[in-house]
Amino acid sequence: MELKISDLAFSYEDKLVLKDVGLTVEQGEILSIIGPNGSGKSTLIKCINRILQPQTGKLILQQQNIKNFTPRELACYLGYVPQHEDRKFPATVFDVVLLGRKPYIDWKPKEEDLKMVSDIISRLDLEPLAMRDVNKLSGGQLQKVIIGRALAQDPEIILLDEPTSSLDLKHQLEVLELIKTETSRGISAVKAIHDLSLAARFSDKFVMLKEGRVYAAGGPEILTPANIEDVYGVKVSIINHQGQTVVVPQTTSA
Amino acid sequence: MGNSSEKTDSVLLQYQEYLNKKVVFGIIASILLFFLAIYSIAVGSFDLPIGDVFLVLLGRDLGMANTIIWNIRLPQVLSAIASGAGLAVSGAIMQIILKNPLGSPFTLGISQAAGFGAAFSIVVLGVGSVHSGTDGEIVVNNPYLTTISAFGWAVVSTLVILMLVKFKNAAAETMILTGVALGSLFQAGTTAIQYFADDVEIASIVFWTFGDVGRATWRDLLIITVILLPSVFYFIKNSWNYNAISSGDETAKSLGVEVEKLRTKGMLLSSMLTAIIVSFVGIIGFVGLVAPHIVRKLIGTEERYLIPFSCLVGAILLLASDTVARTIISPVVLPVGILTSFLGAPLFIYLVLRGKNYIWS
Repeated sequence: MELKISDLAFSYEDKLVLKDVGLTVEQGEILSIIGPNGSGKSTLIKCINRILQPQTGKLILQQQNIKNFTPRELACYLGYVPQHEDRKFPATVFDVVLLGRKPYIDWKPKEEDLKMVSDIISRLDLEPLAMRDVNKLSGGQLQKVIIGRALAQDPEIILLDEPTSSLDLKHQLEVLELIKTETSRGISAVKAIHDLSLAARFSDKFVMLKEGRVYAAGGPEILTPANIEDVYGVKVSIINHQGQTVVVPQTTSA
Repeated sequence: MGNSSEKTDSVLLQYQEYLNKKVVFGIIASILLFFLAIYSIAVGSFDLPIGDVFLVLLGRDLGMANTIIWNIRLPQVLSAIASGAGLAVSGAIMQIILKNPLGSPFTLGISQAAGFGAAFSIVVLGVGSVHSGTDGEIVVNNPYLTTISAFGWAVVSTLVILMLVKFKNAAAETMILTGVALGSLFQAGTTAIQYFADDVEIASIVFWTFGDVGRATWRDLLIITVILLPSVFYFIKNSWNYNAISSGDETAKSLGVEVEKLRTKGMLLSSMLTAIIVSFVGIIGFVGLVAPHIVRKLIGTEERYLIPFSCLVGAILLLASDTVARTIISPVVLPVGILTSFLGAPLFIYLVLRGKNYIWS
């Protein structure tokens, strides 16, 4: 078992955001956190790598309580792809990916760090962009660079906060396929995602959040019209198209 | 497979070339600084042959040249270098940790607070009995009290900003805005003090306000250096952490950086450094703001190069300005603070216009 969370609660000041949340992720699994805006998906992800400090809850990573890790040690286990980044100054693609080696670097990157970064850049087909400024890349290219940085952390689990939310169709597929390829190498992925059809296609299991609580959890079988209507307030049909689950929205229920 | 490792090698090679360019920049800047320093020692109201400068620095006794170099020119040149480097590195750090291209000792109100401190000491603490020296310069009695007061008020300004961070969890933007407000407040305070001051006191306040590196003695220089070197060492040591902060606080945290701690320490250290420099040499604007931007423009933003190279470029800028200020309308010696303000403003506007994409995007 890679990661096990139980009884997690988080609140901003006195606004409760997460309550009694639990989940487990095994090695090589892709877990999708789904739920409407404001249901606590991003907050849950940030509680896992302690960008936010949950008030209660037990997080076990590699059979150890997360509290026993220093922030730097934790960064060697958990890669992170934020929803968006506010970068004021330019930086090259290479340097941004190299930043993923930060938890391993003391004074300066070693030869093997640079080698690993070049490997990742080639693996993601980014080499023509290696020396370009990340601020000038398209959304899809930038997202691949940020995933590259998370991979450079050499993590056991990669956390992605709505990795496809600002991408076109082709890049959405490309990014999700990329994550799937990486999990086949043995790392796990936890992602917050809005598109239910894409989530269905690229996940092993799901946690469905409603108002900060786990409404349902499990395999694709939890993607039922009843569950979705209850959580999202939208009537849907679930269609099986060439072996893939497609969620088709109808109308918003009154 | 061979193909993919070739691709990897080509990426590595490109990156290596890219780094080499930066190293070359550093070497050129260092050489430039060295020769500029020698030249600056040689010129002034009494020109010395360059050869003599080398001989005296190597320990030869050439009579009057010795006095001029060891007592006047060398401390002035070295304090220009130290102050320029210190102000520039403070500016660079503030820009990085506040994620704002306008971060500098000026925008955060630290320089203005020091200016207020000086005015406060002259009028309220009564160090303001000023007389004209034999060389026609105004001399402030007990300059150390002025320095201490300037430093004290600069620290007050810094602490207000830091308390805001600590207790209100202030964002980078809040810090800048508070800095601007504090700057105006201290400016107003200085004006109020001037209103109640007599002619002589006003003269000494104005005199103090013009930053002048010629004011620093060997002892001042020693104090500045003792603060400057460990600070720069600390900043360079943390350059990877600063690099992570540039990608945003959340990203930095996810990479194991303790953002709040780093930001507080960086603010404290860079403010102290500014306060020390300003309290010895007066207000010197724009070096702290412009030097880091020049470096970014020329070789890019990677913090591990930006921090040391900002020191170099800041030192070159201030030394060059001071050399010009001393010689442009010789025998009149202008305080360098006036010149940097004149040069800095158009230079900054130029950077904003030309570097629009990079500074603001």
